[in-house]
Amino acid sequence: MINRIDQELSFSQTALNLRAYRQELLASNIANADTPNYKARDIDFKAALEGALGKGQSGALALVQTSERHLPAAGSNRFGAAVQYRSEEQSNVDGNTVSMDVERAAFAENAIQMEAMLTFINGRFKTLNSAIQP
Amino acid sequence: MSVFNVFNIAGSALTAQSARLNAVASNLANADSVAGSNGQPYRAKQVVFAANPVGAEGGQGVRVTQVVESAAPLRMHYEPGSPFANEQGYVAMPNVNPVEEMVNMISASRSYQTNAEVMNTAKTLLLKTLAIGQ
Repeated sequence: MINRIDQELSFSQTALNLRAYRQELLASNIANADTPNYKARDIDFKAALEGALGKGQSGALALVQTSERHLPAAGSNRFGAAVQYRSEEQSNVDGNTVSMDVERAAFAENAIQMEAMLTFINGRFKTLNSAIQP
Repeated sequence: MSVFNVFNIAGSALTAQSARLNAVASNLANADSVAGSNGQPYRAKQVVFAANPVGAEGGQGVRVTQVVESAAPLRMHYEPGSPFANEQGYVAMPNVNPVEEMVNMISASRSYQTNAEVMNTAKTLLLKTLAIGQ
């Protein structure tokens, strides 16, 4: 039974973790809006989620570390998500590719999606709770 | 949890932007200082930003690497009666450009606001996460 509950929630958990990671990347972009030569980065959420769930290709190519002393691959993270550079909207003289409106829109969207995921998890807990009520 | 890193990232940006605001305040206050502490006219100060890794998964904060003095030529002001005048009767005034400083000030204050908002969003998300299952 506990195993079933775990399975029920594993998708939501993975998606939520990935959303939190994307939130971190977008916060980095917003924080570095005035840093010369900073390049905005993001992940393809769909591909990253598929990779994290073991369905897609992106997770399969992660670098294997067989020793603690191995250096991690550039841009590697615990989800195996490929961090990519955002294509530039308007070029800047200082080499910065952060476009504030794009980043803020993505940040807001990601926050809403994360809240939605939290609501779904809450609903699932409520369902489970009512199922075990005598 | 990645969302905690958002606080560190946005916090580093707040620190960096307030350092920039500090430099602007110093420049504007000294726009007419003929002789600074070293006997030379004041020179406009500018902060230099650089991306700074936060956490192990590719989050990037900001830090101020150095404060540089503007290399723009000093403003020469014709005032033969001044004790600071040279042989031609000109007084070297600070190279502060008030227009540039005001633009810098608005940009810094907007970036500060955005990062404070990012922090608020992260706080809301974390509180929602804490309320799962309640």
